[in-house]
Amino acid sequence: MTNFSTNGYKSGSNLEKMIRAGHFVVTGELGPPKGWQRSVIEEKGQLLIGNVDAVNLTDNQTAIVRMSSIAAGRILVEMGLEPIIQMTCRDRNRLGIQADLLGAAALGMRNVLCLSGDHQVFGNHPTAKNVHDVDSVQLVQMVARMRDENQFQCGDEIIGGGPPLFVGAAANPFGDPFEYRPYRLAKKVAAGANFIQTQLIYDIPRFKEYMKKVVDMGLHEKTAILAGIGPLKSSGAARYMRDKVPGMIVDDYYVDEMLKVIEGIPKEEKAARQKAWRQRGIELCIEQIQQIQEIEGVAGVHIMAIEWEEAVKPIVEGAGLLPRPTVNGQNGT
Amino acid sequence: MIIAEQKPLDEIKSIIGEAERVLIVGCGTCVTVCFAGGSKEAAILGSSLRMATKLNGNGKAIDEVTVQRQCEWEYIDPLKPKLDEYDLVLSLGCGIGVQTLAERFPTKRIVPGLNTSFLGLPVEQGVWEERCQACGNCILHLTGGICPIARCSKQLLNGPCGGSQAGECEIDPAVPCAWQLIWDKMTALGLQDQLLEIQPPKDWSTSRDGGPRRIIRDDLRLPEDYQE
Repeated sequence: MTNFSTNGYKSGSNLEKMIRAGHFVVTGELGPPKGWQRSVIEEKGQLLIGNVDAVNLTDNQTAIVRMSSIAAGRILVEMGLEPIIQMTCRDRNRLGIQADLLGAAALGMRNVLCLSGDHQVFGNHPTAKNVHDVDSVQLVQMVARMRDENQFQCGDEIIGGGPPLFVGAAANPFGDPFEYRPYRLAKKVAAGANFIQTQLIYDIPRFKEYMKKVVDMGLHEKTAILAGIGPLKSSGAARYMRDKVPGMIVDDYYVDEMLKVIEGIPKEEKAARQKAWRQRGIELCIEQIQQIQEIEGVAGVHIMAIEWEEAVKPIVEGAGLLPRPTVNGQNGT
Repeated sequence: MIIAEQKPLDEIKSIIGEAERVLIVGCGTCVTVCFAGGSKEAAILGSSLRMATKLNGNGKAIDEVTVQRQCEWEYIDPLKPKLDEYDLVLSLGCGIGVQTLAERFPTKRIVPGLNTSFLGLPVEQGVWEERCQACGNCILHLTGGICPIARCSKQLLNGPCGGSQAGECEIDPAVPCAWQLIWDKMTALGLQDQLLEIQPPKDWSTSRDGGPRRIIRDDLRLPEDYQE
C-alpha cells in the first residue's frame, strides 16, 4: 500500500477515474521531438487538450532517439494534460526503469504503459546494444509490485511508499500465433495490467473474434481494454500498412475507400488529393469508433494520430464523444 | 570450445518428471572434453538416476548412448529407430545439441541435462575460463589478443574503469582485470600507443543484439537440383 492518499484509487489518475466511472475512455498519443524544443510538445499538447482523457508519450518510438517520454510528460503535467508514460525494455535494465519510474511519479505522472520496444534495427542506431533485461510482462509485474507492495524488483522496500502508477500494457490482436494472443493478454492481466491499449485495428471482424475470446475468458472485467485506432493519411499509407508492416492486418476495404476518394482528382493536384484523403481518413476513423463501441468488452479507444494531432478533435467530436466527461469535478485537461 | 556443466541431480529428476523410459544422449565433442556430457558422464548419470528412482520406489528404465557430435544431422540421424522405445530424451549436449535433436525429432520430448556456460578453455586441470562472447566482430588485434568483451565485466573498449586494483576486477578478486592484462601485453609488445586512440561505440548488430545470426556461404552450398 502506498502512503500517498489516492482516495481508494490505485493511482488517482484521470484515466483510472474515467475507467472506474464506466465512461467510454479516449486516449491520444504524442511523439516527442527529435530535439529539445519544449514548444513542440506544447503545440501538440494544445491540439489534444480537452479532446482526450490522457495522452501517451512514446519512448524512443520505432527505436529513433527522441526527447525522453518522462521529460515530455512533465511538460504536459504543467499544461494540465494527463500523460501516459511509455516505458520500453529495450533501452534500460531493471535499475534504470525503476529509477525513472520513481522520478516520473515524483514529477506528477500517474500512468505508465509497459512495452517491449521496437527492435533497434528499425531505428536510427541499428548497431546499438539492446537491453531486454526484463520483458513487458515482467515489467508490468514489477511496476504493479512497486505500487502495491512497496517493493523494488529485488524485494527491497521502497522508502516512503510505492509510486501511485496506473499500469498499462499493449496487446496486438493481429500478430501470430493468433490463438496464443488472448492468452498472452491474460498473462499481462495476471501480471497486473490495469489497462490495455491495442495495436492499430483495421480489421474489425478479426478484432471482434479476438474480443469474443477475451470476453469468454473474462479478461475485460479485470482490465480496461482500449482499442487502438488511427486515421489513415493516404491510400499509399493504407497499402503500405497492409502489405509491409509485420503484425498488422489491414482490410482491403480501407485501401479501397482511400483510393475511391481521390478518383477524378488528377495526380498533380496534390493539395486536393491530400484534402480528400484526410477527410476520408477522419470519417473512416469515426466509423471505426462507432463499430468498436458495439463490441462487448471494449472500454474505450486509443487514437494514434502521430504527426497529425489536428485530426483528434474532429474524430472525437464526430464520434459524439465531446465534451469529455469529468470525474470528481476534474477532467483530463 | 563450448564449456558446460551438468545440472544438479534433483533438477534433472524434476525435469524427467513422470517419464518412465528415458534415453540419455551424450555428446563426444566439447562437453566430453570439459567432462560434462561425454559417454563417461552419461553412464554415471544413468546409474545415479536408476539408483535414485529405484530408492524412490519407481525405478525407471534409463539407457545411455553417446554420439560423436550432437550438433550435426549426420551424427544424430542414426538415433531415429531407437527413439520409439523412449518417452523422453535427456540430452547431455550443449544447448545446440539439445536443439539439434529437438529439430530433427519433432515428435519427441527432448530435455537438457546440462547448463551451457560459455566459450572458453581449461586454464588448468579442473578450471575453465571464458574467452569469447561470439560478438561477430573481432577486435583482438587491437587488444593484444585479450578480449575485453568477454573478459571485462563492463565490456569497456577504452581502458579500465576505476575499479581495477592490483590486477583484480572490482566484482571479484578471482577475476583478473582484462584491461590490466591488455595494458601489460600491449606494453610488452611496445604497442601501448594504440591504446591511446578512442575506440568508437561498437557495432553490436553482429552480436546477439542484432537478432539470431546466420552465415550463408554460397561457395559451399549445394545446387538446388543436387541429389546424393
